Amino acid sequence: MAFVNSSQQEVLSHVRSRFIVLSLTAALLLNLLPLQGVALLLRPDFVALVVLYWSINQPQRAGMNMAFTMGLLMDVGDASIFGQHALAYSVMAFVALLLHRRLRIFSLRKQAPQIGLLLLSAQLVMLLTGLLASASLPGWDFFLASISGALLWPLLPALMKIPQRRKPDSDAL
Amino acid sequence: METAPQFFRHGPGPLARLVFFALLSLLLMAIDTRFKYLPEIRQTIAVAIYPLQRLAHLPTAIYDQVSGLFVSRNLVDEIAYLRQQHLADQGQLQRLLALEAENMQLRNLLEAGQRAESETTMAEILYIPHDPFSRKAILDKGSQAGIQPGQVVVDDVGVVGQITRVYPWLSEVTLITDKDHSVPVQLVRSGLRSMVSGTGEDGTLELRYLAANADIQDGDLLVTSGIDGIYPPGLPVALVSKIESNTAYAFARITCTPAAGVNRNRQVLILSPLPPVPERPVEPVEAKPEDKNRGKVGIR
Repeated sequence: MAFVNSSQQEVLSHVRSRFIVLSLTAALLLNLLPLQGVALLLRPDFVALVVLYWSINQPQRAGMNMAFTMGLLMDVGDASIFGQHALAYSVMAFVALLLHRRLRIFSLRKQAPQIGLLLLSAQLVMLLTGLLASASLPGWDFFLASISGALLWPLLPALMKIPQRRKPDSDAL
Repeated sequence: METAPQFFRHGPGPLARLVFFALLSLLLMAIDTRFKYLPEIRQTIAVAIYPLQRLAHLPTAIYDQVSGLFVSRNLVDEIAYLRQQHLADQGQLQRLLALEAENMQLRNLLEAGQRAESETTMAEILYIPHDPFSRKAILDKGSQAGIQPGQVVVDDVGVVGQITRVYPWLSEVTLITDKDHSVPVQLVRSGLRSMVSGTGEDGTLELRYLAANADIQDGDLLVTSGIDGIYPPGLPVALVSKIESNTAYAFARITCTPAAGVNRNRQVLILSPLPPVPERPVEPVEAKPEDKNRGKVGIR
């Protein structure tokens, strides 16, 4: 039963667009929290995680348009070069769209390392563009965000599926 | 690799989209870095995410309010301490007033220009972006509060940085530790003038291109020299922490620690811009030659 994902056994209702927007807003909010020091280093990129989640689970509706737009918002929020996050998220969403069916076969725990690699790909794109603009390598702790993001991944679907769960039918026997 | 059967596909395929978005973002980045010119889109997005930035700051603000309710135990000690501090400061201030008056008289006698007084605006650090390539902080005052790019940001001990981008209600301050930021400084002990530059790492600054035999010691205080027309003179910037002079090289490697920091307190002061430097006279009599492109001095 290793390849049967628990999410495929549940019957889920249609995802509302409003909920997708709400989840992205919440992720952006979490990314803008005033953190300092180690907490700031360890903070996963919530926007990237949520973009990945929707690209993998709703590939028809959420895709690179969403990734690009969220990237632009993050660029302004993070005061980085305009287009840096946008490019990174677009590349990440592209890989996620290519692999989404393969990824969905695995259980959440087995998905986590692969999600880590996807997050890492986004960070590598940011690193490359950053190096093109200026020329200093950030420390290795720059990549901690990918690891913490991967560790957080198995918990994410539980949150994202709350509004999708069907309410128990009161008329049922 | 196919992602969906042909008849389910909407619009261009993922690869085409990737190419389109990649080109678009590369174009945006090129415009942003080379021409520093894309303010309208940035401003619009900034206004759109402003409520989120405020909301994200809310827990901290509430924490401050709530913790304010529970400090009454320490309040007596704190009041006593502050009273003492106030007295000490008052004494110094009186001496300063006398000195200022004396200074003004002397300057009048010498017919030298007056030193500019600067107004301050208090601002709070909303958050520090997680960007390894630059050292910046977001403040909660923007163009609506009269903030302009180029203004200097200080805290209670020294220079924090310089405002580099202004949104309607927020502004970005580039910290002095940013790799692309330099401050003209002067050594208090020897009067030596130089530039201190950021290294891109927290808590480290660098004095570049100082001769290996320059008169500089560990623990020397660097203050702004004020010859740039941006930074008012005499603000503490950094302390010299390490000097490596190797005779094989022409220059010494001098590392400094910034006096101020954004990790200690969240309130900072934004100084009003100094009065514009007078144009270079036709016949230079007493005016110092100044840098023409004012407003770009601190940032390379």
